[in-house]
Amino acid sequence: MYNGGKIIAGMLVFLAFFTFPFYYNLGKANARPEPKLNTPVIQQLAEKKCVESRDFMRAEHMQLLNDWRDSVVRDNNRIYKNREGKEFSISLQNTCMNCHSNKKEFCDKCHNYMAVKPYCFSCHIEPKENKS
Amino acid sequence: MKILLPFVAVIALVFLAYAGVGVAKLHFLFGVVLPYAAIAVFIFGFIYRMFIWGKSPVPFSIPTTAGQQKSFPWIKQNKLDNPSSTLGVIGRMALEVLLFRSLFRNTKTELRDGPVLSYGSEKFLWAAGLAFHWSFLIIFVRHFRFFMQDVPVVLQMIEGADSFFQVGAPLLYLTDVVLVAAVTFLVFRRLAMPLIKYISLPADYFPLFLILGIAITGILMRYVTKVHIVGVKELVMGLVSFSPVIPDGIGVIFYIHLFLVSTLLLYFPMSKLMHFGGVFLSPTRNMPANSREVRHVNPWNYPVHVHTYEEYENDFRDKMKKAGLPVEKE
Ligand code: HEC
Ligand code: HEC
Ligand code: HEC
Repeated sequence: MYNGGKIIAGMLVFLAFFTFPFYYNLGKANARPEPKLNTPVIQQLAEKKCVESRDFMRAEHMQLLNDWRDSVVRDNNRIYKNREGKEFSISLQNTCMNCHSNKKEFCDKCHNYMAVKPYCFSCHIEPKENKS
Repeated sequence: MKILLPFVAVIALVFLAYAGVGVAKLHFLFGVVLPYAAIAVFIFGFIYRMFIWGKSPVPFSIPTTAGQQKSFPWIKQNKLDNPSSTLGVIGRMALEVLLFRSLFRNTKTELRDGPVLSYGSEKFLWAAGLAFHWSFLIIFVRHFRFFMQDVPVVLQMIEGADSFFQVGAPLLYLTDVVLVAAVTFLVFRRLAMPLIKYISLPADYFPLFLILGIAITGILMRYVTKVHIVGVKELVMGLVSFSPVIPDGIGVIFYIHLFLVSTLLLYFPMSKLMHFGGVFLSPTRNMPANSREVRHVNPWNYPVHVHTYEEYENDFRDKMKKAGLPVEKE
């Protein structure tokens, strides 16, 4: 090989970069988040249901919040009707966080896992965490 | 045909993944087996290609010189365009790889009335190429948050910068927009310019369509038909820790995206995409322009047996002396 030293050095950099996830995670458990649903409000629910179905909420809750925000801030509409026809008053603090009053054990669990930091709570008030 | 074939191929790949996961439920094949195979082919294929290229000799010293060569001390050398030292070469390579400097000199040729042949500068290819490659790199690096258990702050900063304008939720990434715009431009460039269209092959269109397909499925997945992202990360973390899992309820669009990415990785080492490695091995860029100081020996040269005058004289000195011929050594 011509200039073998340099090419091999380059290949080592290439390997180190592209196999990075494989050795970076060595010895770290694949700890998937378990968001906790044991808040007092949820425990008192007759039917343990979110605003929409669980699968929908998992995938679409950011979209839903965005729509909620637009609906209030732009259209002055504070009532949300879900697919089953049930009505919710639109509010991040008073609806979502009323049921999910355990932000650290619920929202943040997933978000830390995914390394997303929704900036909402720099304005909106976080629920006071009362450990239940 | 040259355009339709690769286009249909990418569409077929999408349907293949859709049929495989959505209908035939081959989650394990598309979610674990193919990605592993693709990564293996990518890494070993890449190294193999580089090894083959590394073995091919460079017969001549052929750096391109686009500036004053090193000469008398009172003539100013252009150290980057005509480097004579390793440092200069590293500088030139860095500019080439990071900023596509030689593409910046791209020109267009036009036949005007007269007839006059005129040359003008053509910066669009450079600009779109640069925009495309940089957004691709940022998007690639951003994806590492799916590959790591605790995501380093640097990655979060890149993400923060990329979603700086905080449009909507989930936040709009600027690179998503730039990448699609740039790739679209690169496709249209090939279609709109007759000369470029003439020389374009299916192998030129296929990677463009494939990358466009990857970008579109990714964007759809993030902004339109969303998937269970926590499940996606679980799957990916399973892959990188060699204990694969298939969480349920992820959504077919993710498997389509993953399949297109696997195809890209598989295709990479056997295609023009190898310019990723090849750019580092281009002799016109990576050789110092020092042909006047250092002799470049052609490795193809035969080992020729040379009989020097000194040896000749040693053989015949006595006879030469007898014949009265002058000799160099007594
Ligand atoms: C009436 C109480 C209530 C309200 C209001 C509510 N949730 Fe829920 N949420 C629940 C319950 C109960 C579940 C569990 C659903 C299940 O398991 O089927 C849940 C589940 C979820 C999940 C899925 C968790 C998982 O394990 O995957 C998300 C995400 C979520 N909620 C977000 C929100 C957001 C965002 C809002 C505001 C728009 C909201 N919730 C409003 C009660 C509520
Ligand atoms: C700059 C401060 C600020 C930030 C950041 C912010 N909001 Fe708001 N938000 C407001 C204000 C002000 C209102 C109007 C409140 C009203 O009219 O009741 C509002 C209203 C809303 C509403 C409807 C009314 C309510 O009581 O909840 C929703 C839903 C909402 N925001 C969601 C979000 C989400 C989701 C985020 C993060 C992605 C976010 N907001 C970030 C200031 C902010
Ligand atoms: C099942 C896990 C899970 C739970 C529980 C959850 N989220 Fe999320 N959230 C996510 C994921 C995943 C994303 C998107 C991350 C991405 O785009 O990569 C997200 C994104 C968001 C975003 C958009 C942020 C952005 O920067 O794009 C908002 C706002 C948000 N979540 C609010 C909430 C709130 C409020 C709660 C608690 C009521 C909550 N989420 C609970 C998983 C979850």
